[in-house]
Amino acid sequence: MAQLTLPVNPARDHFQGFADAPVTLVEYGDYECPHCGRAHPIVRAVQQAMGDQLRFVFRNFPLSEMHPHANHAAQASESAAAQGVFWEMHHALFTHQSDLSDNGIKTLATQVGVDPEKTISEILMGKHEPKVKEDFLSGVRSGVNGTPTFFINGVRFDDSWDEETLLKALQKAAEGE
Amino acid sequence: MSAILPPGTPAPEFTLHCTPDQTISLSELRGKPVILAFYPADWSPVCGDQMALYNEILSEFHKHQAELLGVSVDGVWCHAAFSTDRKLHFPLLADFEPKGAVAKTYGVYNKSAGLTERALFVIDKEGVIRWSYLSPMGMNPGADGILTALESLS
Repeated sequence: MAQLTLPVNPARDHFQGFADAPVTLVEYGDYECPHCGRAHPIVRAVQQAMGDQLRFVFRNFPLSEMHPHANHAAQASESAAAQGVFWEMHHALFTHQSDLSDNGIKTLATQVGVDPEKTISEILMGKHEPKVKEDFLSGVRSGVNGTPTFFINGVRFDDSWDEETLLKALQKAAEGE
Repeated sequence: MSAILPPGTPAPEFTLHCTPDQTISLSELRGKPVILAFYPADWSPVCGDQMALYNEILSEFHKHQAELLGVSVDGVWCHAAFSTDRKLHFPLLADFEPKGAVAKTYGVYNKSAGLTERALFVIDKEGVIRWSYLSPMGMNPGADGILTALESLS
């Protein structure tokens, strides 16, 4: 069974929810992947349903040969994180998948209240590339085999990630089964 | 189906088309590790496509000087179209005629489906299989096992 090889670490990871929540859901995702786009509202729904029981962590897994804007989008999320608004940018990227060009990213940066020029220049300098790469390689070593790939309490979730199935699995994990 | 060839077995030699007018023989790659990735078919409809994933990880394979070869029973023109569409930077070999002949020598041909299994081999620079893995056909095996096997070669 595939296991998360890089443990969740609040010092490096982007997370929502409490550190002592009984369940941690990790997603490896690509902002330009249509499946991840479909998974985004599902994740939000299960977060709402689970409440304090769930901590959610997102790591970047850009398939940049397939999705030409995925790498810049991933870096944009890290740049936003450095400017204090990771989750706002995360949501903006997933809800504007049709335009993730550098211009599109600038527009989103403005929307979430960060400096669009700073965001783009950090992307072009590759300032956050090492972090994105670290995320990606940690995914490869953990058995991420496509996007999105989820881990529940460190174990890869190979079932369907439709809302009902995912929520059931999370509830089961919360009950400690 | 005979069983997948285990580690320690000399990798059976083959010559297969990688483009309509070019072939690759395993023995040409002697001196480098070779990753043989058998997969059922081109045009898998998901972003989790195994070949697309390996395409993203090629630089990691190259750190070990390893060459990656994809193999399925699809013909050369099908491979050419698929490879262009997915922008693949490694060769896809056509185990097309006689169908699945190479897969059979590696013990990874699924006769009832008429497809190669999803199976991975890491072959060392002397041409000996050092790691092999048969994945459930519907399950993309990812790249972790390949990287671990490559690390254990050095």
